Amino acid sequence: MKWGKMNIKIELKNIFLSYDHTVIFEDFSMQLDDNKFYTLLGPSGCGKTTILNLIAGFIKPDAGQILIDGIDVTNIEPNKRLVNTVFQDYALFPHLNVYDNVAFSLSLQKISKIEKKKRVMDALNFVNLGEYIYRDIAELSGGQKQRVAIARAIINQPKVLLLDEPLSALDLKLRTEMQYELKKLQKELAITFVFVTHDQEEALGMSDYIYVLNNGQVMQKGNPIDIYDEPKNRFVADFIGESNIISAKYLGDYQVKINNDIYKCVDGNFNQGTLVDVVIRPEDLKIVTHKTKLKVQIITRLFKGMHYEIVGQDISGEKWLIHSIKNVMPGEEVFLDFDPEDIHLMSTNV
Amino acid sequence: MFKDFKKYAIIYYLWIIIFVVLPILLIFIQSFLDMNHHFNLINYKTFFSSTYLKMTFNSIIYALLITLICLMLAFPTAYLILKTKYKKILLILLILPSWINLLLKTYAFMGLLATKGFLNNILVLLNLNPVQFLFTIKGFLIVSIYIFIPFMILPIYNSIEQIPENLIKAAQDLGANKWQIIKKIIIPLSKNGINAGIQVVFIPSLSIFMITRLIAGNQIITLGTAIEEHFLVTGNWGMGAAIGSILIISLFLSIFIVQYPRKKFLRKKNVDIPSVGGANV
Repeated sequence: MKWGKMNIKIELKNIFLSYDHTVIFEDFSMQLDDNKFYTLLGPSGCGKTTILNLIAGFIKPDAGQILIDGIDVTNIEPNKRLVNTVFQDYALFPHLNVYDNVAFSLSLQKISKIEKKKRVMDALNFVNLGEYIYRDIAELSGGQKQRVAIARAIINQPKVLLLDEPLSALDLKLRTEMQYELKKLQKELAITFVFVTHDQEEALGMSDYIYVLNNGQVMQKGNPIDIYDEPKNRFVADFIGESNIISAKYLGDYQVKINNDIYKCVDGNFNQGTLVDVVIRPEDLKIVTHKTKLKVQIITRLFKGMHYEIVGQDISGEKWLIHSIKNVMPGEEVFLDFDPEDIHLMSTNV
Repeated sequence: MFKDFKKYAIIYYLWIIIFVVLPILLIFIQSFLDMNHHFNLINYKTFFSSTYLKMTFNSIIYALLITLICLMLAFPTAYLILKTKYKKILLILLILPSWINLLLKTYAFMGLLATKGFLNNILVLLNLNPVQFLFTIKGFLIVSIYIFIPFMILPIYNSIEQIPENLIKAAQDLGANKWQIIKKIIIPLSKNGINAGIQVVFIPSLSIFMITRLIAGNQIITLGTAIEEHFLVTGNWGMGAAIGSILIISLFLSIFIVQYPRKKFLRKKNVDIPSVGGANV
C-alpha cells in the first residue's frame, strides 16, 4: 500500500466544478500512478475532456485540489505546469514550420541554438519525422501532423502527457497504426499518459487502466480485461463492446433465471431473489444443432467480414445479438447455447 | 443558370468603366495638359521640383505617422475588446462614428479643440494651462487618427477573432506566458488583418485635404491639399491631375507589392484573402 502511494503522479481530490449552473463534477476524485497508460473513456459530455483541462490547468475547479507529484498545483497556471497536451485537432501553429512548432517551448527558454536543434531532432526522430524538419504544416498529412503534435508535446520531457482524442481525425488504418505507436511511445518515455477517447476499441487496445465515465462520475475503473469481462453495470456493459443485456433474477446457489429458464452461472455474490442484469457477449452465443433452452428466430443477418452479425428473437420477444461464422438465413429457427462462465451478472442499481 | 447571371454582370462592368476607369483615364489625359491646354510634360517636370517633392515627403511622413500610431493604438484595443464580455457593443460603438460625414466630424472637432473649446475648458477646470490644438500638427494628428482608427481596428479585430482558441491553449500548454502568446502567436497570426489595416489607413491618409485645411490651418501642406488647391483655387487642373496620377500609380504599385507575397503565401495555405476596401474619406 505504501509503495502505491509513492507512485501517485496525479491526484484529483474532491473536485467540485459547475458551469452555467450545471454541475459537472460533484466530489470527483481520482489517482493516477506513474508510468502508466490511462484512458478516460465515455460518451461526449461525460467530463473526460474536462478532467484533462483540470490537469493541464485550463480549467480551475470551484473546490477541491489537484496534485502533481504530491504538489498542489490547483492555482498554478498551465504554462507553469510540467504537463503537456496533444490536442484533438493537433493545434499546430500554422505560421511556423515543423521545426519551429516542435521547438516552440524551447524558444521560450534560454537554450543554445545547438542544443535546441539537437533536442528538436531527437524529438522528431522519436516520432519518425526526421526528414520533415523544414516542411510547412499545411504540407503534412493527418498522421504526420499528429506526430509533430506529439514531438512538440514531449520535447520538454513532461511528467505527464495528456492526449485529447488525438486519433479521432485519422482514418481507420492509420488510427490502428498510431495506437501501436502511442503504446510504444509510452513504454519508451516511461511517463504517465492520460488518453481521452470515446472509442472503446482504442481504450481496450492501449490502456493499462481504463476509467469509464458518465455524467461526471466514474462508472468503473480497472484494466481492459476486467472492464470487458466484468462490467459493473448496464452502462459499462453497453458502452464497452457489444452485448446482450437481459433482466434476470438470481435464485441463489449459482443459478439465474432468464426468461423463465434456469441457467447455471459462476457469479454468486448476490442475495437470493435479487433482480440482476445479465450480460452475454454476442461472440459467446453459439448456434448449435441440438435442442437447448433458447430457441430464436433469425430476424436479420449482416456480413461483417470476420463473422456474421445476427439478430434473433426468442418466444418472449427478447432480441439476441449473435456473432457467428455460421451462415443462417433470416426466418430460420435455431438453438443458442452458452457456457455458465459466459454469463456475467451485474447489480441493477448503480 | 450561370449564363443568366453573367448577363447581369454587365451592369457592374459598365459601372466600373463609367465610374472608375473613365475618370482615371480623364485624369491621366488632363495631367498632360498645361494651363493653355497644350499637350506636354510640364506638369510632371514641375512635380519633380523641390516644392512638390517636399510636399510628397510631408504626405508620406504624416501618412506613415498616422498609420503607425493607429496601429499601435488599434492592436491593443482590438485585443482587449475581444477579451471583454461586451465585444459586440464595443465594436458597434467604434464603428458608429465612421457612419457620420467626415466634414461634420471635422467641424465638431474644431469646436472641441478650439482655444476656448471643450477640451481646453476641461484643462482649465483641472488647473492646467490651455493648449493650442487648432492649427497645429498636434491637432491634425489627433483628428486624423480619430478618423482612421476604426478602419485599423476592424480588420485586426477580425483576424484576432479567427485565431482558434486551441492555438492559444497549446502555446500556454507549452509554457508561453501572456506576452509570449501575444508576440509569438497572436501578432504573427493576425498579420493579414494588420496588413489590411495598414493599407486601409495609409492610402487615404496620403491624400487627406479637408483636415489639413480645417484643423491644421495650412500648417501642413500635403499632396491632397495641393490637388484641392489646383482644382479649386489656382485653376491649374493639369497640375492637380498630374499629382493625382502620380498618387494613383504609386498606390497601385504599393498595393501590388504588399498583396503579391501575401497572395502567394495564402494560395499555399488555402485561406481566403480578406478584401481590402478603402476608407470612405
